[in-house]
Amino acid sequence: MDILPILATLRRHKMIIWLLVLEIALSCAIVCNGVFLIVQRMQHMEMPSGIAEHELVQIQQAPIAPPSDRYARAQEDVAALRQIPGVRAVGMTNQLPFSGYSSNGGVMLSPTQPHRTLNAATYFGGNLLPTLGLHLVSGRDFASDDYVNADAILKSLANGSGKGFPMPTIISSTLAERLWPQQSPLGKLIWLAPKASFRVVGVVATLARANAYNTATAQYSMIVPLHMGADKDQSYLLRTRSQDRQRVLAAAVAALKRADPARVITHTRTYDQIRSDYFKDDHAMAGILISVIVALLLVTGLGIAGLASFWVAQRRKQIGIRRALGATRTDIVHYFQTENFLIVTFGIVIGMVLAYGLSLWLMMHYELPRLPLSYLPIGAVALWLVGQLAVLGPALRAAAVPPVVATRSV
Amino acid sequence: MFGYYLDLALRSLKRNKVLTALMVLAIAVGIGACMTTFTVLHVLSGDPLPGRSSALYYPQIDPQDASGMMPGTMPPLQVTLIDGMNLLRARRADRQALMTGGAVPIHPDSSSLDPFYVEARYTTADFFAMFEAPFLYGHGWTGADDEAHARDVVITRKLDEKLFKGADSTGRTLRVGGSTFRIVGVLDSWRPNPHFYDLTTGSYNYYDEVFIPLQTALELHYDHNGSNDCWGNGTGGAGGIYPSATCVWLQYWVELDTPAKAAAYTQYLVHYSEEQKALGRFERSPNVRLDNLMQWLDYNGVVPSDVRLQAWLALGFLLVCLVNTVGLMLAKFLRRSGELSVRRALGASKRALFAQLLTESAVVGLAGGVGGLLLALLGLWLVRHRSSDYAALAHLDPVMLLATFALAIGASLLAGILPAWRASKVAPALQLKSN
Repeated sequence: MDILPILATLRRHKMIIWLLVLEIALSCAIVCNGVFLIVQRMQHMEMPSGIAEHELVQIQQAPIAPPSDRYARAQEDVAALRQIPGVRAVGMTNQLPFSGYSSNGGVMLSPTQPHRTLNAATYFGGNLLPTLGLHLVSGRDFASDDYVNADAILKSLANGSGKGFPMPTIISSTLAERLWPQQSPLGKLIWLAPKASFRVVGVVATLARANAYNTATAQYSMIVPLHMGADKDQSYLLRTRSQDRQRVLAAAVAALKRADPARVITHTRTYDQIRSDYFKDDHAMAGILISVIVALLLVTGLGIAGLASFWVAQRRKQIGIRRALGATRTDIVHYFQTENFLIVTFGIVIGMVLAYGLSLWLMMHYELPRLPLSYLPIGAVALWLVGQLAVLGPALRAAAVPPVVATRSV
Repeated sequence: MFGYYLDLALRSLKRNKVLTALMVLAIAVGIGACMTTFTVLHVLSGDPLPGRSSALYYPQIDPQDASGMMPGTMPPLQVTLIDGMNLLRARRADRQALMTGGAVPIHPDSSSLDPFYVEARYTTADFFAMFEAPFLYGHGWTGADDEAHARDVVITRKLDEKLFKGADSTGRTLRVGGSTFRIVGVLDSWRPNPHFYDLTTGSYNYYDEVFIPLQTALELHYDHNGSNDCWGNGTGGAGGIYPSATCVWLQYWVELDTPAKAAAYTQYLVHYSEEQKALGRFERSPNVRLDNLMQWLDYNGVVPSDVRLQAWLALGFLLVCLVNTVGLMLAKFLRRSGELSVRRALGASKRALFAQLLTESAVVGLAGGVGGLLLALLGLWLVRHRSSDYAALAHLDPVMLLATFALAIGASLLAGILPAWRASKVAPALQLKSN
């Protein structure tokens, strides 16, 4: 196909061509960055928690009046929950991966260092490894005599005696690797406060934090064998087969009410609900981005089709002459396809530059990495496809113009 | 003349229905997307207390220990209990209130209702006047009640309706946890959004149902909600165990009616910090901030960044839709060069042609605006059915309704100017020669 005559024709419609190129360039820039944002969100939503997500249910309760002994209350509750048929493990925790409300601490490698090394999630609770289904990669789980009541520890910190420390702790492998790269973390000490030291006794493969905003620090977590007692902010966790979850949840609520009628069950949910709640905004954002990209390509396609129809109508006579001079229908179709390809390609070239600029702007205003170059072809292919699809109808209509048109005046 | 142009425009638009529909649809979709996202942004970044917010300030001081101090670090976002009480009792502002959030069990007298938990605000006497909380019945408590640890409580209209079927419940008793309180006031519907006075509990769609004097709540060890930051050997506590003295976990607000008073209050905060440092309590040199309400919301970035991103995305989409419409209109106008040059030859001025073509684009814009408005209503309906915290707030207000039309007409006129100008440049009669 000879390109020069096409270029010569295009030069006669400069303003319209420029508008079309601009539209394609803008679409290309938005599509490239949009697809990148979607992939980012999807990766974020797939963040591993490290726990047996489909086998867990959570119950939160609160007493109507403060119980005389919240530790005894918790022990009775856990014993009652264990009796429920189908329950494989019962644990207590102050937070869960992606549960939103978080408890964190500043970790130090010595009691006197001026700045905290990093911030990690502090999981307090009981029987967490078997209940959450955490995978222990080295060291040991807590023994029953590792557990201490929270009051005793708070008292020890308040009076500065440091009694009860160092406590044992189990940390995530990501945290271990960050604190002591290439070394065994077992037996090492960390501090959450000058008097609060912890000795690493075990390492679990993965345990995400409750507010995992940032992928880099999302897996910095530690578990401390601290009994928190029955309290509004503590959760009972039950592990069961996934098909038994609803039944177990109902039975657990009944068992807790039986054990102490003077309480309010504030939350009951499966872990799957917790996860989908946490990522609901990312889910919505990905949906919005997909809709916008589809709508954008649709509008651009319709615009191209509209303009192509105009040109076909405008050039009926020229098409007729070409046909009369021996051009085949295929030649006419190819003419319009090549013309469209040239315009779209020009738009894409400018679009790539715009996409890069847009990415820089997004990096300045949002916490986003730079647009990888591999995303640029996605926008290009999308617009080439849309352009060719849009021009096909008008091109076929042009090919249908009979040669006899050339001999008619208007 | 305008009537004639309108007639011409409608005829022209009817002649090419598919193309007209395409242009109207493109503008409608673009405007609809923009209005939906702009409305959400407008609602979320609005002033929760219009007319009063400029006199309300959030003082910050820095009581942290010297370790980890870096120049330029901001003071903590909340205050410790001891500093809060010191500042409160100094009464250096026109009004002041110290507060924190929690949740308390309500034990209804009627046996038909099960006990339930509600969000609670533990605060001090000036809270209600300062934030202009509207009373349906009764009033708040006094500063003397604060110091006396009075068992007084203010409840919301919603709770009043639930417990007392909407009757005036002032003077009646309410069992909160294990204690009996006297209801002194019932607030009329008051749901400030964002929940500006305490952003640690979630910014939107968080409503307190009971208000209890702070010192009473502390004495009874009611549960504390919200975030706390500690240093040294400080521990955050849990539930009824409160954070220790080296933790910040309360919010402190002051009302200062003039900028001069605000400047004086900043001086007072510096003075207070120096005094505390001299006493050995503070280790850092004075590091204070005094933001007014809107500055404070801005500083905390309460509007979700996704909402801003969506607004930008919609704006980009509208831009593409507009460029699309400009192209189509230009093609359409140029195709009518013959007709236009005849009008020129018959005596119409360039300006007359320009006005005629602009009328046509305005009609497209108007139709697009109406379509955009309908799409925006649909879009907001969709937003309301999402599960975001702010979903329920997404409603079109009169300001945004007007803005929709202004945007639609403005956008399509803008889109019409270039094609109309280009097409009205046609030379008289030249076009008649060809064809």
